[in-house]
Amino acid sequence: MASKTTSKQPVGVIGAGSFGTAMANLLAEKKNPVLLYARTPERAEKFQRERIASGQKLDDLIEVTNDIEKVTKSCSVIFPIIPSANFRDMMRKMSPFLRPYHILIHGTKGLDLEMAQSEKINPRNPLTREHVKTMSEVIQEESQVVRVGCLAGPNLAREISEKKPAATVVASHFDEVIKMGEQLLKNDRFLIYGSNDLIGIELCGVLKNIIAVGAGTIAGLGLGANASALFISRGLVEMVHIGTALGGNASAFLGLAGVGDLIATAGSNLSRNYTVGYRLAQGEDIDEIINSMEEVAEGIKTIEIIHALSITYKVRCPITETLYKIINKEMDVNDAHKFLMKFPFRAEIDFL
Amino acid sequence: MSKEKVRYSEIIPKTKQWPIVQLSRDRKKFIEEVSAESFESLKGITKGRSLREEVEMTIYREKARIRANPWRVDPRDEKPFWNKMQQRLLDSGTMEPAEARKEEEKILMEIIRRYAEEISGNFKKNSYRFARTVVTFGFARLLNATRVKGLTSLFSRQLDLDDKIHIVGETEHIRNLARHGTVVMVPTHFSNLDSILIGWVIQFLGLPAFIYGAGLNLFNIKIFAYFMNSLGAYKVDRRKKNPIYLETLKTYSSMALQRGCHSLFFPGGTRSRSGHIEKRLKLGLLSTTIEAQRILYQKAKDARKASKIFVVPVVINYNFTLEAPALINEHLKRTGQERYYQESDEFSSSYKIATFLFKFFTKGSDISVSIGKGMDILGNYVDDTGNSYDANGNPIDTVDYFISNGQITVDAQREEEYVRILSRRIVEEYHKYNRVFASHLVAFTAFKMIERKNAKLDLYNLLRLPDEDLVLNYEEFKEAFKKLRKKVMKMEKAGKVSVAGHLKKKADQVIKLGVENVGLYHAQRPLIMKNGNIVIQNMNTLYYYHNRMDGYGLENYI
Repeated sequence: MASKTTSKQPVGVIGAGSFGTAMANLLAEKKNPVLLYARTPERAEKFQRERIASGQKLDDLIEVTNDIEKVTKSCSVIFPIIPSANFRDMMRKMSPFLRPYHILIHGTKGLDLEMAQSEKINPRNPLTREHVKTMSEVIQEESQVVRVGCLAGPNLAREISEKKPAATVVASHFDEVIKMGEQLLKNDRFLIYGSNDLIGIELCGVLKNIIAVGAGTIAGLGLGANASALFISRGLVEMVHIGTALGGNASAFLGLAGVGDLIATAGSNLSRNYTVGYRLAQGEDIDEIINSMEEVAEGIKTIEIIHALSITYKVRCPITETLYKIINKEMDVNDAHKFLMKFPFRAEIDFL
Repeated sequence: MSKEKVRYSEIIPKTKQWPIVQLSRDRKKFIEEVSAESFESLKGITKGRSLREEVEMTIYREKARIRANPWRVDPRDEKPFWNKMQQRLLDSGTMEPAEARKEEEKILMEIIRRYAEEISGNFKKNSYRFARTVVTFGFARLLNATRVKGLTSLFSRQLDLDDKIHIVGETEHIRNLARHGTVVMVPTHFSNLDSILIGWVIQFLGLPAFIYGAGLNLFNIKIFAYFMNSLGAYKVDRRKKNPIYLETLKTYSSMALQRGCHSLFFPGGTRSRSGHIEKRLKLGLLSTTIEAQRILYQKAKDARKASKIFVVPVVINYNFTLEAPALINEHLKRTGQERYYQESDEFSSSYKIATFLFKFFTKGSDISVSIGKGMDILGNYVDDTGNSYDANGNPIDTVDYFISNGQITVDAQREEEYVRILSRRIVEEYHKYNRVFASHLVAFTAFKMIERKNAKLDLYNLLRLPDEDLVLNYEEFKEAFKKLRKKVMKMEKAGKVSVAGHLKKKADQVIKLGVENVGLYHAQRPLIMKNGNIVIQNMNTLYYYHNRMDGYGLENYI
């Protein structure tokens, strides 16, 4: 196993946002050539020329491109890391070139919402799991790929790019996918955990964004560490209840991708979702906040979706419901917290 | 009635060329191959147990089985054989480790060989022809004798078995697939009659004989044993759950597939006790399709041209299951554990079968057999020449599922996952090809109405409701039935279920037909019409027939 550096097959990363770029650099650090896909030819050309993307310097082994056919055909392992709203379209674009030998490990912490154009969601036709898919499900629906995995965990992109220590969970039904993720990404300061609960781990990453928005509002109101801890604990319980209703196992939420990620995102202003909450509490308008952000805060879309699903599946989600009212301007942030303080929560975790 | 009858020619007219005939010709050699292969995989594995422990455990369990649950088919030398193995294992305890190991392996090999011999079918093409003739002509004569009036009817050719049994769906497709590769037929399983029924379907469609895994219990009955043997059955003994037996069984199936023998197994394992369409499949035998396909790819010079294996789901629909009362009772009694139950068969003697067959042919209740679309071993649909396509119609090269870093690799965990995918796909297809009969829908409607009226009762209390609570107003019933039928029709359009033609008639007619046919020959029919009401006579069997329509979310539309 001496020198096998020559003509190594490149690894693909779809999406040159902050997390995608951070992952591309991690991959390159292990001497893997990387093809990094950027969404427009102009951006690709610019990143390639300046050797900087999303504020991060690019490793020499990274080639930025806008040619999806090239990425898909020359890489058998690909990491799609793009906003959930564009995910399905992207998969459709890639699909003609994807084969069952491909391994896809995504890093998108959001949900896909798909319904017929004429379809209206109302009490007679409630939003169900049929309409809402995790990214791994989208991949399998849109392509021939079955060996699918996801990345989740406390992975604030900025900290990873600053080479601070972190860990991630690679979840997949396939051991070989987990092994592949580990082989490609693991280094001295980046640990890899494996899990077979793909849906559970995906939901961890998705649902924690809701709690992160809420935790941001607590910080924005200056309510202090006690209130914040109270909120996060309640948030975790809510995550477990809705998460199991949607097909995850409770234990996933108590691991690195659940509690771990929750602590990181719900307490750091490096998190986009936390920032949204913070600025809401400062009195800014939701539309203004969204327009001013460079990258998508998945939490907002997730709140809308989970709110509708919680009604369909009759799972009480007071936090999601309250946040839903805030972003739809039916309630202001102060009232919301007063409401939550009065709400009779199921106090402790009682499901293990 | 005057519709022209379809007749299928045999796709391989020369029986000599049938893979199964070739297999039975080198039966000895094949058993030897199976044994050697099983031995190779067994001497390596043993999860956390040493080979010695594994063999010890097997001997112990086999001796316990012989004591606790002996069957008529069991060979006479069973007891001495296992005693001998035990003695030899004991003796080897004092040997040098290397020698002891050698002896252990020898014992293992002998056990495997015994199992392989026992599993292996004994297909004889002459008796196949004979049995086939008996089934086709004999049954047809019986049918005519009972349906067409008059003494001469015994010789009438007016009605054939296919008047009684409707084969619908992808019949030409399966014939094409059998020409292009190896077909694995996976039917639903509700009645012991299924084995013979499917045997008839296979020959009717002009397919070469299939090998199939039949429960050893069926071989207890001589008449069945005769038919099974001659139709190419190999034996599956569900009493034996030890790893050595299971591995040998799987190897047998896998290697037969690799030789191109079309195969059939009931992936549900046993007959559906509850009347539900199978939701969970047994993955053991199913996994052999995936293993065999991978090996075919590995062995081929050009993997992209290797022979393919096709999985074809088949759904059998009855208005009536002879065993229903016993099955549902068993289901209700059992608390979900199926460790060591005794098969209590209604089919326990040739006499009983004869009575059943007589009933079956004398009273008119039709059976439909839906042949599903062929799939590759990952559940992708294939076209007539066996090419796979994904949901968007893009071609798939199935070999790519086994490729990692540009090479075909063996990964047991991956293949386990593939079996799960395949099994989910088969279950989906079952629901799609499930043909709704009036009788199923009538039973479903009645049961759900009772359930709704007694919302607070759990299932067991529901089944014990007193007679006076088991009367349904006809108009209300009709209303609910129509709602459900509308939904079923919608589902049919969406390709989620199939519907029998008779369901489209006027509601009153359909309900009448349904009530008359549901559980037709039971001593107590589940439903009758009385004084203009629908009366439930037997909740247990009603529950059984209702289960057939469960799992579609229909209850929300009542």
